[in-house]
Amino acid sequence: MIRKKKTREGAEVPSSSLADIAFLLLVFFLVVTTIDIDTGIGLVLPPPPDPEVEPPDVRERNILTVLMNERGLILINDQPAAVRDVQDLVFSHVTNRGVDPSLSESPQQAIVSVKTDRQTQYEFYIEMLDEIIGAYRSVWNSEARDLGYRDYQHYVDVNGEPNPIRREFPMNISLAEPDPGT
Amino acid sequence: MSHFKKKQASTKQEVPTTAMPDIIFILLIFFMVVTVLREVELLVRQDLTAAENIERIEEKRLVSYIYVGPEVLGPGQYGDTRVQVDDALVPANDFRSIQTVMRERRTQEPRLIVSIRSDYEAEMGIVSDIKQELRLADALRINYSTRREGGPSQ
Repeated sequence: MIRKKKTREGAEVPSSSLADIAFLLLVFFLVVTTIDIDTGIGLVLPPPPDPEVEPPDVRERNILTVLMNERGLILINDQPAAVRDVQDLVFSHVTNRGVDPSLSESPQQAIVSVKTDRQTQYEFYIEMLDEIIGAYRSVWNSEARDLGYRDYQHYVDVNGEPNPIRREFPMNISLAEPDPGT
Repeated sequence: MSHFKKKQASTKQEVPTTAMPDIIFILLIFFMVVTVLREVELLVRQDLTAAENIERIEEKRLVSYIYVGPEVLGPGQYGDTRVQVDDALVPANDFRSIQTVMRERRTQEPRLIVSIRSDYEAEMGIVSDIKQELRLADALRINYSTRREGGPSQ
């Protein structure tokens, strides 16, 4: 009796070079990859002004005007100031609660108005904006600590956003159109 | 007389390599997912400033970039400050094309974030003009791209 061949040689695709191919691809993507996390100062612009609606009246004491000229010199409420003072001044303006008659009445009404010249360098502007946002961050941080959280980030992790702190201390930064300058 | 045979471990002293392709594939897939191929060729200098109080943009899909900086004329040579969107420079005195482009993207992706990647030497006038166009285009979420203070320069 003729025995039937039990096993036929299976048609196999040679897979020994699989690892090599994968390696090549891997190296390609390793070289090409740039894991740069985009960081920056996030802002929300106001919608374009409606000509029929008049801008709301704001009491002068509630606005902290920060002016910057083309040389990066700063004027806060008509007083010259250094960049490192900005944070403290904004902090005291926001948390004034009507104590100082020249500063804001309440945190909700407090506005920081930023204006630069057209020739102002972007670097100086960002430096100043950074300080202002830093002031708000420290306000939120101290509020969160008073509520028993580690810091504001911890508070956000628990309560999400928007949250009561953000409602009580809104970041009202007004970015005015720059002056044409000289 | 029988001599002693040195006892040898019966196990093979080889690292099993059957799982290697799998491991490499997993790494490969990771890098494929993470990779963002640089889609534009920069025509302006991008020397970003550093700031401390910054946030990360988690959803990269939502981001559109506007590049601002001195035009690169040659190695180490820079011209006037120009604005670049995608692959082309925007005409110096006519930023309306920014508005058109961004409005279109805004309709496609309502949560659009416009990242302004500006060189430290750019003048605020140009940045402000861009912002006005973005306001008109209703693309209101913006991001001033900065490096982390003390971080590596790009």
